[in-house]
Amino acid sequence: MTARAAWRRFAPHLALAPMLGVALVAYLGSTLWTLAVSFTPSRSFPVAGFAGLAAYERLFSNARWLLSLENLALYGLLFVAAALVLGVALALAVDRVARGASALRTIFLYPYAMSFIATGLVWQWLLNPGIGIQEAVRQWGVAGFVFDWIVDPDRVVYTLVLATAWQAAGLVMVIALAGLRNVDPEIRKAARLDGIPAWRTTVSIVLPMIGPALATALLLLLASTVKLYDAVVAMTQGGPGTASEVPAKFIMDHLFGRANIALASAGSIVLLLTVAALLAPVMIARAHGRSRLGGR
Amino acid sequence: MGAAARAFEHRVARLGGGAFLFFSAIFFLLPLYVMIVTSLKPMDEIRGGHLLSLPLAPGLAAWREAWSEACTGVACEGIGGGFLNSVRIAVPSTLIAVALGALNGYALSFWRSRWTGWVFGVLLAGAFIPLQVMIYPLVRLTANLGLFGTLPGIVLVHVIFSMPVMTLLFRNYYRSLPRELFLAARIDGGGFLGIFLHLALPMSLPMIAVASILQVTGVWNDYLLGLVFAGRENLPMTVQLNNVINTTTGVRLYNVHMAATLLTSLVPLAVYFLSGRWFVRGIATGAVKG
Repeated sequence: MTARAAWRRFAPHLALAPMLGVALVAYLGSTLWTLAVSFTPSRSFPVAGFAGLAAYERLFSNARWLLSLENLALYGLLFVAAALVLGVALALAVDRVARGASALRTIFLYPYAMSFIATGLVWQWLLNPGIGIQEAVRQWGVAGFVFDWIVDPDRVVYTLVLATAWQAAGLVMVIALAGLRNVDPEIRKAARLDGIPAWRTTVSIVLPMIGPALATALLLLLASTVKLYDAVVAMTQGGPGTASEVPAKFIMDHLFGRANIALASAGSIVLLLTVAALLAPVMIARAHGRSRLGGR
Repeated sequence: MGAAARAFEHRVARLGGGAFLFFSAIFFLLPLYVMIVTSLKPMDEIRGGHLLSLPLAPGLAAWREAWSEACTGVACEGIGGGFLNSVRIAVPSTLIAVALGALNGYALSFWRSRWTGWVFGVLLAGAFIPLQVMIYPLVRLTANLGLFGTLPGIVLVHVIFSMPVMTLLFRNYYRSLPRELFLAARIDGGGFLGIFLHLALPMSLPMIAVASILQVTGVWNDYLLGLVFAGRENLPMTVQLNNVINTTTGVRLYNVHMAATLLTSLVPLAVYFLSGRWFVRGIATGAVKG
């Protein structure tokens, strides 16, 4: 083999080396490292030694962690449902608009270009009972109007749903619109001629046809649910009290504020398992749907 | 159903759709409207009123204060410095990530070997691993490399975490191009790098634009990585913004805070409004993973 031929075989591998390094060291390596630390008695600094499942036991007897998990479950359910329903409804409505569709799309998608920090802050102000929507409606003449969810421990999670669904609905809309582009308009016409009501056509024919697009949207929403952190920091800082704490914030606080690395590592492993449990069914369903449709 | 009834139903549906879009548009624009009008008001106008009213005497004083005087923790130098930090972080993070993504995508599409599939799988899974799982090990790693709390450190971390999506974008794009083109170039004696630089890269200009848009907005909007890895001297705008607002004690200067929030959102919003369809295309392609 000449030097030139050897180089030709070697070059692609050299080019892929950074990616290989990242995949193995950064992703696989750090995940395994975190897993290992979760079995140690580490506090401020990672130490060797085996403590078994002690960190996990402490984690699941920690009231703040349990509340975080509970909040995440409630938040995730409502956020995914709200973003999906609103996003799909917007897509269906925008798709049927004759003029101005592009302006509408721009309006519904711009929040997605904003950071979670900015999103959290602006909704914190809008929902602030003293100056925001509540005060505005009162000054417009509805004296007893109450909209104070953000300072209500029982309802604060709903405000996180409101703000983040506002941010993410446009993304769902764009993905759904891309799916709708492949739906033949003749189908609607044919159904109408047969006397089938429009809503029935939408529910029974159009929505199933854009199923794969909706699965993609669902996947992205689930992934962003588990990552929920910035918006909470900006909007409620976990409050009032600990009412809006979430797992990602619990982990960050214990890594850097409270110096309890084993506990935080155990928390992140639980979070990782949650992600896997949530995403695996969706991914398998997507792969299955694709092979059934005879796609790639 | 009679023709008249059908026409009536059709009109009701259209009216309903129009009303839904109208109220949705108000809901989506409300936060932007509130930030803009409040940033133009003086404080005493905000104190007695509410956020939704139009400004009586609009002015840019709050914008100036947000840029150069607002206090972040101890220093009162505004968030203008954060703007420069964000630029210093976003520009190299974008250039390096897009270049590596293009190279990886190219290598994966045309120079396949047995184990690249596995590496790619790990990388893809990495896109869904919560950052919290990897953050502390990466703190130790960058600290050992002497990069923790430095500009190269935060850039490195951004490049690492954006690699799956960037690689994927380019891999899918190159796969959609006619393979014969590249095979012909190989038969003509083109080498790995030669084909990349003279054939693949020039053909992927649209995808370079899309990937850059995605990456610039993603890095600019990041909070978590900037907070942990950037170090005191390089804190990006999002971190400084949150410090200005959520560590304030005493009187809350809503006009200054909203001006600061708008300033922080200016770059991604400008990218979004100027690039329009490219941004949409970026999300649509980036979203369809695998």
